[in-house]
Amino acid sequence: MKTLAELAALRDKMKDKVALREGTGEKRIVVGMATCGIAAGARPVLNAFVVAINEAGLTGNVTVTQTGCIGICQYEPVVEVYESGKEKVTYVKMTSEKAQKVIEEHIKGGRPVKEYTIGEIKH
Amino acid sequence: MIRSHVLICGGTGCTSSGSVALKEALASELKAKGLDEEVKIVMTGCFGLCALGPIMIVYPDGTFYSRVTINDIPEIVDEHLLKGRIVDRLVYNDTTVEVEEGAHISLNDTTFYKKQKRVALRNCGVINPEVVDEYIAMDGYQALGKVLTEMSPAQVIQLMKDSGLRGRGGGGFPTGMKWDFAAKSVSDKKYVVCNADEGDPGAFMDRSVLEGDPHAVIEAMAIAGYAIGADEGYIYVRAEYPIAIKRLTIAIAQAREYGLLGKDIFSTSFNFDIQLRFGAGAFVCGEETALLTSIEGNRGEPRPRPPFPAVKGLFGQPTIINNVETFANIPQIILKGAEWFASMGTEKSKGTKVFALGGKITHTGLVEIPMGTTLREIVEEIGGGVPNGKKFKAAQTGGPSGGCIPASHIDTPIDYDNLIAIGSMMGSGGLIVMDEDNCMVDIAKFFLEFTVDESCGKCTPCRIGTRRMLELLTKITNGNGTLEDIDHLEELAKHIKATALCGLGQTAPNPVLSTLRYFRDEYIAHVVEKRCPAGVCKNLVSYEIVADKCKGCTACRRACPVGAISGEVKQSHIIDKNKCIKCGVCVTKCKFDAIIRK
Ligand SMILES: Cc1cc2nc3c(=O)[nH]c(=O)nc-3n(C[C@H](O)[C@H](O)[C@H](O)COP(=O)(O)O)c2cc1C
Ligand code: SF4
Ligand code: SF4
Repeated sequence: MKTLAELAALRDKMKDKVALREGTGEKRIVVGMATCGIAAGARPVLNAFVVAINEAGLTGNVTVTQTGCIGICQYEPVVEVYESGKEKVTYVKMTSEKAQKVIEEHIKGGRPVKEYTIGEIKH
Repeated sequence: MIRSHVLICGGTGCTSSGSVALKEALASELKAKGLDEEVKIVMTGCFGLCALGPIMIVYPDGTFYSRVTINDIPEIVDEHLLKGRIVDRLVYNDTTVEVEEGAHISLNDTTFYKKQKRVALRNCGVINPEVVDEYIAMDGYQALGKVLTEMSPAQVIQLMKDSGLRGRGGGGFPTGMKWDFAAKSVSDKKYVVCNADEGDPGAFMDRSVLEGDPHAVIEAMAIAGYAIGADEGYIYVRAEYPIAIKRLTIAIAQAREYGLLGKDIFSTSFNFDIQLRFGAGAFVCGEETALLTSIEGNRGEPRPRPPFPAVKGLFGQPTIINNVETFANIPQIILKGAEWFASMGTEKSKGTKVFALGGKITHTGLVEIPMGTTLREIVEEIGGGVPNGKKFKAAQTGGPSGGCIPASHIDTPIDYDNLIAIGSMMGSGGLIVMDEDNCMVDIAKFFLEFTVDESCGKCTPCRIGTRRMLELLTKITNGNGTLEDIDHLEELAKHIKATALCGLGQTAPNPVLSTLRYFRDEYIAHVVEKRCPAGVCKNLVSYEIVADKCKGCTACRRACPVGAISGEVKQSHIIDKNKCIKCGVCVTKCKFDAIIRK
C-alpha cells in the first residue's frame, strides 16, 4: 500500500462486502422461503437475486431477505419487492431466469415486470 | 455468493458466555445444511449489551438475538437463515415492536441504542477486528493518508485543538495542547504511548475498543507520531486482556504487511512502528509517569511532575501519552473535521464519552453518549432503569478516584466540569448505579480498600493516610465509631488530597468526601444510632422473628445454613443471635413476612 489511491481502491472493493451490515437498503427483495416455497424452488431464486445484485454492484441499495409463508402456496416461489413510498409488487411462480429480468427492468429500470406479477398470472 | 452476514460478539463478555463455541456450532450447522456458501459468520467486538450475551445479529435484516445457546443454533439456521422466519423467542424484546408487514425495526431504534452516538465505538460490533480490509472498508487509514499527504504537523495539531477533544483517560486534558507541547520539545527521538492499562474496577471501555477496533488506535497513534515528530509508539496493555492483546498483535502485523506501519508510509518520508508492552495489573501503572517507568523496565512507581512527559518522558525523551478512547476518536476527527466533532457535546466538553454501566441497572454493558446527556437519560432510558422496582439512590463515576452523584443531581448534564462541580469526576468511564439497598458508607469503604491495596507506597500521605482512613471507616461500619471519627476522616481526607505525590493518592479520598457531602446522615446513623439504614453493615443489623406473624412453617429453620433457628412445627420460631451469621436467607424464605431485619 503505497498510495492513497491504492487504499481507496481497496476500500471501494471491500465496501460492497460489508454493505450488507449497514441495515436496510432503499429497496427490499423478499423471497418467500417457507416449506412450500422451498419445495417449489425458492432457493435457486433467492440465490439468483443475491448473485445478480452483487454483480450489479447494488448491495448497498438493495437488500435481499427471505420471509415465511405468504399464504398463496399455489403461486410459490413468491417474491415481493418493497420500495419506500411505493406499492409493494408481488411476483409469483418465479424462476432464476425471471429474477434476471426483474433486476434489469424493475430494480435498475424502475419498471415492474407486469407479466410476472400476481394480478397478471391469476387472470 | 454471500447473502447474509451473522455477526457474533467476540468481546470478552460474550466470549465468557460462550460465543466461541456458538460460532463453531453455527459453522458446522451451516455446512451440514449446505448454507456455508451463502451465509458468512463474522466475529466482531462488543455490541454493548453485555448483560444479554452471547449476542448475535443477522444481516441484512438486522435481527438482534440475545442469550443464544448452542441448542438454539439448529432452529436459527432452519427457520431464519433458510426460511427467513425470525426466531421470535430469541429476539431482544425491545426489537419486537409492532412494525409494518415485511419491514423490521432496526437495532438503532431500540431504547438502548437510540440515544447513543457511536464515534469511538463506531466499528465495534460491525467489523471483524482481525481483518484489516474490513477496517479499510469503513474508511480506515484514510485519515492517516490524508494527514501524511495533505497536512503539515502544525495543521494536524491545530485541528486537534479546534475539535476540543479532551483526554478520555480521566484527567480531561486538551489533547491538541498536549501534542503541541511535545511537538515544540526539541529532540531527535520522541515517543507516542497509548495508555491501555484500564485499572478502574468495573471499567471495560478501552478493552472493548481494542477488541473491537484495534486499527483505529494504531492509525491514530501514527497520526500523533506525525504531528509531534515521533517514529516509535508503545501500547501499554494489561496482561489480563488476552483477547485485546491477540487482536492488537494481529492488527499490528497486518498494518506492517500493508505498509501502514513501517518505513516511508504512503511513499512519504514518515516512519512509524508500534510495540506492545504488558502491564501486570497494578492500578498505579495507569498513572502516566508510573506507566512510563514500567515500560522502561523499572518498578512502576510515579515520579514527580514537572517535568511533564511531553518534555521528558519515556527514556528521558519527549513523549505523549493518551488513552485508548482518546485515540479512537482521532481518525474520525481528521476525516469529518473539527467542526463536526465540536458540534457534539457541551461548551467545554466536546464529542462523546463511553461508559461502562454496572451495578443496579437493567442493561449492564457499554454505551457511548454525547457529552451533556443527563444521568437520568443514561440510567432510565438507555440503561433500562433500576431493576426489581427499587429506587435509584446514586451513581458512582470515576471509580476509586471519583465520587457519587446523588438522586438530587440526576438531571445534571454529564461533562467534565459539571461532574467536578458536584464533587465527582468523569474518570475513565465506569458508571456504577446504586439503589436503596446500598449503604453509602460501605461503598466508600469498598473503594478505599481498593486504593489501600493499590497504593504503591512511595509517599507517606497515601501509604499511611489511606490506611488510617480505612481503619476509621471500618470502625464506623462495625458500630464503634464516634462523631469525632467522622471529623477526623474528613480532615485526613483533605490533607491526603493536598499532599500525595500522584493522582492515585490525591484522588483516593474522593469517594469518602463525596459520600460525606451527600449522605452524611448515613454516617451519623452508623455512629449515633448504631444503625445501618440500608441494612448492609453486618455488625449493625440483626434478624428477628415476629412471634405473632410466625406460623411455624419451618421454612426458615430448614434454610438457615448455620442452624441458628429453632422451633417446633406450627409454633413460633426464634433466632439465636449468637449463632446467626446475618446472611439474610431466612427473610427470603418466609412467606408470612414474619422475619424482620433491624
Ligand atoms: C492512579 C491513576 C490511574 C490511572 N489509570 C489510567 C488508566 O488506566 N488509563 C488511562 O488512560 N489513564 C489513566 N490515568 C490517567 C493517566 O495518568 C493519563 O492522564 C492519561 O493516560 C492521559 O491520556 P488522555 O489525556 O488521553 O486521557 C490514571 C491516572 C492515575 C492517577
Ligand atoms: S500517592 Fe500513593 S500511589 Fe501515588 S506515589 Fe504516593 S504512595 Fe504511590
Ligand atoms: S440471617 Fe441467615 S444465619 Fe441468621 S437466622 Fe437467618 S438464615 Fe440463619
